[in-house]
Amino acid sequence: MSHRLPAGSGEVIDRSKSISFSWNGKKLKGFQGDTIASALMANGEHIMGRSMKYKRPRGVLTADFWDPNTTVQVGDEPNVRAGHRKLAEGMNVSAQNVWPSLKFDVGAANGLVGRYLTAGFYYKTFMKPAFMWPKYEAVLAKFAPGGKVDLGTPHGYYDKRYMHPDVVVAGGGPAGLSAATAAANAGASVILLDHENAAGGHLLWGSDEDRAAAADLITAAEAAGVEILENTTVTGRYEDNWISIVQRSHDISMERLIKARAKVLVVAAGTIERPYVFAGNDIPGVMTSGAVRRLINMYGVKPGTKAVVLTANESGDGAADDLRRAGVDVTVVDAREGKTIASASGSKTRVSKVGLSDGTSIECDLVVTAVGWTAPTSLLNMAGDRPVYDPAAARFFPGTPPDNVIATGGISGDGTRDELIAHGAATGELAAARAAATRHRIQAATARAEAVEGSEPELPADNRTPLGRDAHPELHRSSTHGIVDYSEDVGSKDLFGAAAEGFDSVELIKRFTTATMGPSQGKLETVNTVAVLAEARGETIAEVGTTVWRPPYAPVTLGALGGRIFEPVRVSSIQPWHEANNSTPILAGQWVRPEHYGDPQGEVRNTRTNVGITDVTPLGKLDLQGPDVPKLLSQLYTNKWMKLPIGSVRYGIMCAEDGVVLDDGVTARLGEEHYLMTTTSSGAGTIWNWVENWLQTEHPDWQVHCTPVTTGLTSINIAGPNSRELLGRLVDDIDLDPEGFKYMQVRTGTIAGVENCIVWRIGFTGELSYEIHVPSAYGLHVWNTLLEKGKDLGVAPFGLEAQRVMRLEKGHFIVGQDTDGLSKVPTTGMISLLKLDKDDWAGMTETAWALDAPYPVIVAVQPTDPNVVPEEACQILREGTKEIVGRITSSRYSPTLERSICLAQVSQEFASPGTTLTVLLVNGERITAKVMEHHAHFDPEGERLRG
Amino acid sequence: MLFVPCPNCGPRNASDMSYGGEAHSRPDPKAASQKEWRTYLYLRDNPSGWLKENWYCSSGCRKHFQLERHTLTGELRNPPLPGSKTAGGGS
Repeated sequence: MSHRLPAGSGEVIDRSKSISFSWNGKKLKGFQGDTIASALMANGEHIMGRSMKYKRPRGVLTADFWDPNTTVQVGDEPNVRAGHRKLAEGMNVSAQNVWPSLKFDVGAANGLVGRYLTAGFYYKTFMKPAFMWPKYEAVLAKFAPGGKVDLGTPHGYYDKRYMHPDVVVAGGGPAGLSAATAAANAGASVILLDHENAAGGHLLWGSDEDRAAAADLITAAEAAGVEILENTTVTGRYEDNWISIVQRSHDISMERLIKARAKVLVVAAGTIERPYVFAGNDIPGVMTSGAVRRLINMYGVKPGTKAVVLTANESGDGAADDLRRAGVDVTVVDAREGKTIASASGSKTRVSKVGLSDGTSIECDLVVTAVGWTAPTSLLNMAGDRPVYDPAAARFFPGTPPDNVIATGGISGDGTRDELIAHGAATGELAAARAAATRHRIQAATARAEAVEGSEPELPADNRTPLGRDAHPELHRSSTHGIVDYSEDVGSKDLFGAAAEGFDSVELIKRFTTATMGPSQGKLETVNTVAVLAEARGETIAEVGTTVWRPPYAPVTLGALGGRIFEPVRVSSIQPWHEANNSTPILAGQWVRPEHYGDPQGEVRNTRTNVGITDVTPLGKLDLQGPDVPKLLSQLYTNKWMKLPIGSVRYGIMCAEDGVVLDDGVTARLGEEHYLMTTTSSGAGTIWNWVENWLQTEHPDWQVHCTPVTTGLTSINIAGPNSRELLGRLVDDIDLDPEGFKYMQVRTGTIAGVENCIVWRIGFTGELSYEIHVPSAYGLHVWNTLLEKGKDLGVAPFGLEAQRVMRLEKGHFIVGQDTDGLSKVPTTGMISLLKLDKDDWAGMTETAWALDAPYPVIVAVQPTDPNVVPEEACQILREGTKEIVGRITSSRYSPTLERSICLAQVSQEFASPGTTLTVLLVNGERITAKVMEHHAHFDPEGERLRG
Repeated sequence: MLFVPCPNCGPRNASDMSYGGEAHSRPDPKAASQKEWRTYLYLRDNPSGWLKENWYCSSGCRKHFQLERHTLTGELRNPPLPGSKTAGGGS
């Protein structure tokens, strides 16, 4: 570890804890607390990657999160930021984007042909001829930056957290810490996030007094009850202070996405040091003053032996002092005296000489620049603020953010440590007072909340004493051309070229050249891009303006975004039985249902021969009570409902206002003012909303209570010739006699000892069948009793697939499967259910108009070859042509008929019974099929279900 | 994300709600011409400025209500008063 300095007072490494790691296969050692970059530097490994386009060797530039060219592969994790990620025992680190190796990179030849790789070269060079693009793409892919994604990587655990804090403080430097403490002491709930590995900001690489102050500020914040999360980035600010935060420091969750609704956001993001544009500014050994100060003071790393320091500010002066203390030979070039660096040169791997603006040159192995600051105003931009450029201070400052976003610290001005702390404290008090007013407003707007006392406080005005602005020379580009965007490999020459081509808007030039679009998201590059464009166009920086910083503040992993999903899984009360009895599950919406129990065809045959039972709990069920329920039903269904007798069930279709079929189902009248409506399983939520909408908005005068009971009742369909006999064994207060309890009637009573059950006689499967709805706590009991009492009757369960086959045998259409987003009632063949003489029903007008125009028709279809089962959605063509005249909407093999059966939508011309259709199979083959007389392939007269 | 003031639940995330689009009244279906009806179905003003719109507290109290939103700034105003039984805005 030849480059490690003697122990210093500010270092964050623990020299008693040695850590072994590998770098491109080489075994190295670092200390606990090192970043990957600091450990590599300490080992003399200063080339960490190659640039994206020209494949030039690159090393440390900033030694923090934003370091643009030190992204590395760690084990199976690509794109790890070496300047930020802490070293861990056994880490397998390798350079990425360096095929075939870090030292020898064929891509470096690009440097020789660089003039062909100018801005926009993707758009120009590879555009024509278009058929060559796949070949170009294959070549370009080799040059694509980024590490290797291992698809075998186990999924990590990524969590989410929701918060409602009064104040979110973004940034844990002196101002942010002080603001958080002051806000918490004023009674606000406060969370403070710091992007880097430790809070403290620039105090961490400053003097001993600075570090002592940082420690005091953290202690005070914790004592005040501030929750501090380090290594955590505020990635976005959205409407009404909806804040997204990515926490990388959680104990269990790899990363955690925090979504916070903050009453006030305090932006204390500090400043980011700008690199300087000159020839050779990307040669390894050229870095910012902040990088040098962090390496020396925090990590005890000596970054070179002979340094040239270009300084225009205190940070550069501090770096020069630090370097001298570290035993480095330092030459200072003071920009405040008008001197500057013109160029740097050296070997491929290290800088060796610097040329100054006065024509002299100095030999060195380290070039340090301190040329000014970028205010990372991203979060303010996201709040709608447009930062304002101040040439005297050579940087942007916040404009006028909204009242619930307040800036403090370096982003808003300059000051001594104490001035920054004082400004932060005043900001914290202001934030807490504004949060209190907002809290009052939210409480007062919430009907069920405890009443708030007093009137809403005035939103406090901003009476803080603003921070000063230090004079700073404007230093962006020297007299030579250099790199502006290190991660995208865009130089000032490219920007001049783009400007000459007519790109006059900074937003366009950004997209054309890709400057500011790399992993550092413009934090290092934006202001220099603007400055170079201004220079090229002979304008001022203020005239050019900035690009708008959008979320995210820093790149976010897909894991953090994907994370945990809060989608409920719904199951019926019988699910434990299904799971224990060989069921194959199927996901239908949010529901897990049994698709079959091993043999769906056998399940069909058993139901048609003996008796089957199936769990239809997901069927949507709405309990409707009140004197005006008939009006509601008349409004929503196309048919008549005013005179439904008690004890009867009726089928109905619902339409949307554009006439498209929305849902269908049966509704039963259980009592004088009591009805039970069923909807399709997938439509349950939609129809609940639909009912509520009509009741609340169009007819608030109607007295109807609507209660969803889909999960409150477990629903079982008992179907087959033996179903009456089976159900009869479980009931004693319901008369099942076919004369007394007819098809499409409903009864209530006790089943298997369970009171308050509902039984109706309907026939989706085409068999004699009873659908029972029992309180869900007893669903499993009733199911088990049915199986037990029906052994000698041949009872067996059937799943969703058998149910679908049987309904297709009966020719019942399914809304959303056999109908689509254009199908109106005439298409379904249910014209007899349209009661156009009613005053009103949803979709009436459009349905009436639809009858006057051509419409497709649902027909039953049987392929000529009974063994060919066309796939659903197969096209139906006009014979001998490619003209599409319809499509297969449902298709199955019928075990009852021992042949393939289908439903299809065809144009009216092809809808007559006996018409021969041409069906195009997926494999391109054309087959013939016949339109049937009835929708029902089986028992079209319905003798079985009425028996 | 917008913080939408439900008259029962108070301000809640827009993701707790369903958006019902621009508010408009339903013509009398017996009297409406095809043009009037299709204007009701499909045509929206889409102004740059204040827009009265429908919201539904679908993950909360299931209240249908209306308020005004400024399409440029995202500001919300005139929701029904807390506890209000009607759907309309306060203006």
